[in-house]
Amino acid sequence: MNKIIAWVDQRFPLTYFIRHELTDYPTPRNLSYWWGFGFLAGFVLVIQIVTGIFLAMHYKPDSSLAFDSVQHIMREVNYGWLIRYLHSTGASAFFAVIYTHMARTLYYGSYRRPRELLWWTGQGLLLLMMATAFMGYLLPWGQMSYWGATVITNLFKATPVYGDQIVTWLRGGFAVDDPTLTRFFSLHYLFPFLIFAAVAIHLVALHTVRSSNPSGINLADKDNIPFHPYFTIKDLFGLGIFMIVYLLIVFFKPDLFIDAANNIPANPMQTPADIVPEWYFLPFYAILRSVPDLAGGVVAMAISVLIFAAMPYLDRSRVTGGARYRPVYRAMFYIFVIDIFVLGYVGAHPPAGTLKVVGEIGTAIYFMTFLLLPFVSRWEEKYVLARGLPPAVEAMARKEIAEAEGNV
Amino acid sequence: MSEENTIKDGADLSRREFLGTVTAGVAAAGVAAACVPFVSSMNPSSDVLAKATTEIDLSGIAPGEEKTFPWQGKPVFVVHRTPEEIAAMEASKGGKDPEPDAKRVQKPEWLVVIGICTHLGCVPNKTESGWLCPCHGSVYDNSGRIISGPAPRNLDLPPYHFVAENKILIGKA
Repeated sequence: MNKIIAWVDQRFPLTYFIRHELTDYPTPRNLSYWWGFGFLAGFVLVIQIVTGIFLAMHYKPDSSLAFDSVQHIMREVNYGWLIRYLHSTGASAFFAVIYTHMARTLYYGSYRRPRELLWWTGQGLLLLMMATAFMGYLLPWGQMSYWGATVITNLFKATPVYGDQIVTWLRGGFAVDDPTLTRFFSLHYLFPFLIFAAVAIHLVALHTVRSSNPSGINLADKDNIPFHPYFTIKDLFGLGIFMIVYLLIVFFKPDLFIDAANNIPANPMQTPADIVPEWYFLPFYAILRSVPDLAGGVVAMAISVLIFAAMPYLDRSRVTGGARYRPVYRAMFYIFVIDIFVLGYVGAHPPAGTLKVVGEIGTAIYFMTFLLLPFVSRWEEKYVLARGLPPAVEAMARKEIAEAEGNV
Repeated sequence: MSEENTIKDGADLSRREFLGTVTAGVAAAGVAAACVPFVSSMNPSSDVLAKATTEIDLSGIAPGEEKTFPWQGKPVFVVHRTPEEIAAMEASKGGKDPEPDAKRVQKPEWLVVIGICTHLGCVPNKTESGWLCPCHGSVYDNSGRIISGPAPRNLDLPPYHFVAENKILIGKA
């Protein structure tokens, strides 16, 4: 074995790579469990790819066969029910993990210089994930699949001048039909591999700028410890907790995230009473509905997803450590999180009466948080510096301010 | 880095090695168990298995006639043999894979064989004296025994039994 490894090492940096990027990779010793969600996301991606490949062995992307082939998987294929529920629950698990990963980034200011590119590759991954999930949702060809795809492809009607042509082009017909299903299946199979490649880029960026840490200061070398065994164990423990929750849903409440209407085959002649997207799209869906104009709603929804990319510039405070040393930013963070849950609730219910108003207020708060941040963060920076900070944090903040002003 | 944590006691070392081995073993068993449903899902599904047996009504096959039926997606030849054919087959021992005719039939007038050439899997065509495989010219007699050509074995026999005087169930002996 050692001889084989030596033979490979002369020709390919195998041992070097494993040591440098994995076992001996220097990791801040103060990382909390909040830093384990990236690993969990990678693990769920593997679950989704593996279960997806096995599902594709039995699934038929044809509008007259798709619904029945899913039933075939559920009833006749050995363990088909398990593989399908792992996949359908895995989609929700993926978003839950990624949203937590993003919340950690926002709370601890991990998007700040020099991690902008790391943050943006993550944003790209989120968009790819959303597209993949959306296309995958059409494949069971149930009522929710069909009408969800109809509503979302219709959003492109908002494109000036060419709206109708673009919608027809996306669908490959005048309504969502067999051509839509076959292209969604093709792309749903392709995108996970793009995600996989994007994850590799995300990791290269991460290993260039290294992990942020909850203290906010750049740690001395002696405060970094090798990834193995300290963080392999920590990540695996987190994985154990995650798997317990995930498998409890898979085995005992697998229809938790599957809308009952999706057990009815797609019917282009009748829309179900309540069209509700998957839970992970609900806040964005609420924003879409809160703007009375079609184009305005679509633009608002697109911005609500894309605006996260601007965070490194919207947050103008030079105080490191994220929300930890920044009371105002911390308050804004929690208001934002609560606002997202409120919007999610609004998105899940018909927009009428009070809920409509709540949705509009929630949308306003969502965007105001981002728009106020540049001003609030600069004011807050002065405030916390005057009030006093831990010496290491203050030194880093003053250094960054001096550098920025030196450049001007 | 890990120098401070180096264990000084030899007994501790073996304990650590033991725990490491057990952990790796349990993890490997877990991964293997997780593979089971995936491997199993590639086996025939229950609707495929439901087609594992085929019932055939023999009453429509006249003496001297051969009919082909699908069983598990494969052709099965059923021949209603005439008394002359039975006599000829019982007198012969076959070719390179000798086997008495009585071992190849349950009732002498009914020959039931899998219609797949034992050479490379083509379906032989019926002739007066048996079958001729169109792919590489293997010749079988009216007992499905290989007479000449590249095929190594006689035509295989499916498991079957008579459920009634004129009815057989293929797929179950």
